[in-house]
Amino acid sequence: MGKPESSPVARKLRGPRDQNLVRLLVMLLFVFALMTVLRPNQFATIADFNSMMRQFPEYGIMAIGISLTMITGGIDLGVVGTANLSAIVAAKFLIAAVPQGSPPAVVLPYLAVAVIFALVTGLACGAFAGILISRFNIPAILATLGTQQLFTGIAIGITNGRPQSRLPLLYSKIGNTEFFDFFPLSFVIFVVIAVSVGLLLSRARFGTSMYMLGTNPKASRYAGLNNASILLRTYMLSGLLSSVAGLIMMARANSAKADYGAPYTLQCVLIAVLGGIDPNGGFGKIAGVTLAILILQFLSSGLNMFNNISNFYRDVIWGGVLILVLVFNQLLSRRAERRAVRKGAA
Amino acid sequence: MLSPRRILRSSEPYVFAAIILLSLLIQARSGQFFTGNNLVDLVRALVVPALFSIGCMMVIVSGGIDVSFTAIASLAMYVTDRILLSSDYSGNVILAYAMSAGFGLAMGALNGFLIAILRLPTLVVTLGTASLYTGLMFGAFSASASDVPPSIVQHGKETLFTAVNQQSGLTSNMPSQVLILVAVLILVFFLLRYTMLGRGIYAIGGDEAAAERAGFNVRAIKMFLYSFVGVLAGITGVARISMMAYADPSTMLGMELTVIAAVVLGGTRVTGGLGTLTGTLLGVALMTILANSLILIGVPTYWSRAFTGLVIIIGTGVTARQIGARQIGSTRRRGQSLKTRA
Repeated sequence: MGKPESSPVARKLRGPRDQNLVRLLVMLLFVFALMTVLRPNQFATIADFNSMMRQFPEYGIMAIGISLTMITGGIDLGVVGTANLSAIVAAKFLIAAVPQGSPPAVVLPYLAVAVIFALVTGLACGAFAGILISRFNIPAILATLGTQQLFTGIAIGITNGRPQSRLPLLYSKIGNTEFFDFFPLSFVIFVVIAVSVGLLLSRARFGTSMYMLGTNPKASRYAGLNNASILLRTYMLSGLLSSVAGLIMMARANSAKADYGAPYTLQCVLIAVLGGIDPNGGFGKIAGVTLAILILQFLSSGLNMFNNISNFYRDVIWGGVLILVLVFNQLLSRRAERRAVRKGAA
Repeated sequence: MLSPRRILRSSEPYVFAAIILLSLLIQARSGQFFTGNNLVDLVRALVVPALFSIGCMMVIVSGGIDVSFTAIASLAMYVTDRILLSSDYSGNVILAYAMSAGFGLAMGALNGFLIAILRLPTLVVTLGTASLYTGLMFGAFSASASDVPPSIVQHGKETLFTAVNQQSGLTSNMPSQVLILVAVLILVFFLLRYTMLGRGIYAIGGDEAAAERAGFNVRAIKMFLYSFVGVLAGITGVARISMMAYADPSTMLGMELTVIAAVVLGGTRVTGGLGTLTGTLLGVALMTILANSLILIGVPTYWSRAFTGLVIIIGTGVTARQIGARQIGSTRRRGQSLKTRA
């Protein structure tokens, strides 16, 4: 919980935030070049791009959800729990309703219903967190720490902690469709979501009110905005996005389980901060978040190609990168502030 | 000073009532709650979370949040354990505590540097350092459950007294680590109550800018605070492995959530400035009793996590509402306070 030390004036003093996008782009190219030089035969081949496009949509979509809540000055630590619970609801329904070995024509409508169930679950989870935060005034961190436990707990409870497999084959078949034999369906879904959320933030009234709420909740209330309703809708949107991510995870693993994707929470916060979302709220763009997702994916795919690097070092790297980015951003913004003050004095 | 109205408006009495009700419920269902050995077992289970909760409460009172103390405790105790094992150390256990506290101090100081000097947001920083510390533990030290030096084993066997259950014949030992908890409680009580440093922690949490203008050295106080939490975490780590008699690197990870929940349940205001040791201990006691007795009151094991989540949500919800109501109440009475704050 940082102090809201960055007043709107201080924010203005920081200068154009698009510098952040340029910085991210440079970083992306650097990581890309580094990995290409270190692992020329493996990195950045066609097959590698294809496998990367299969990996990042699931956590990328959750990162977009967390970013939205961070723009309003909160955080949603319950995204992974929501994703797994939604997937488990869909999986339970499919396993119970679809007879084994049914022809695709029979299965298809069931799949549609299962997807709707999952999305509704995601919306409900988000609404629950949103109500806790907006109506009961529980700080977002605590409310979503609680919902993360609760949703994961419910997911464990209704499955006894066991993976839900033996889904109809058609589901993973559809989930793993590739357009033009290259673009996986999950990637296409990610692009659609990133573009529409980006438009929502930059063009829609709802997006603007999210930024206003994140900058200064009191001011936005006095400006006539319904803070509670904005928060509720933001967390519902985050829940909806999480359930989409859950459906993608379910297609990739061909099963659903309560503890899939556990490290994604930290990774998503890292992506949001790296992408230029201000943890104090009110700032950040989806374009930055998307670049941060790509940087992380390049890094992690690259690391995978070094067999002698333990997976646990990934935790070290994520944590280290997160802190370095924070420090770097802070130093930059201080410098910009000082410069602006000097300019003002002159 | 303590008018009855003021007491009723704090959350301690409610948590206390909840503990009594829960104990009676468990006693009624199992008949095993108010037995000597069960109570001693509860205290045994309470020592480590209570030690964590003290530091956690101080951080939340200062307006921050720390999710890295379990990672600090794990890494500090693990490194200490490995060093002592590889040097065949067989001397006093004090050295183990001192070493672990030292490692904890270093890690806490890093948190403090990032938060106090660079003024970075506490949640994101401690999420990052927690990942860093656990990553180092499992990556660089390829940690796995390991033995502990003989002095720590010996220390773990020290008991203050033994409680015997007359009906079942089960016995439980009161561990000597309770004394550490008592010592830390007394130390922190005096620190928070009678030193400028302690008052400064409350002042920062109430209003950081005001505290700075009033002459508190905010940076130094925060630096001290996070370093102190690191030291406490290091000590807690050794207390934990001595009670378990082996060093399991993942035994404490994940505990931070229930500790934070317990602290908030105990009436510590999440936005800072308010919080008591009594409330914190009551919160920890309630969470420990819940966790230890879910099976006794008939909650199936698979649902225990959902149940914990629910308790966190209800507990923080009730506290948040209460504090919200208190603020509105005091505003009405004094009329001025909100205006001056805005």
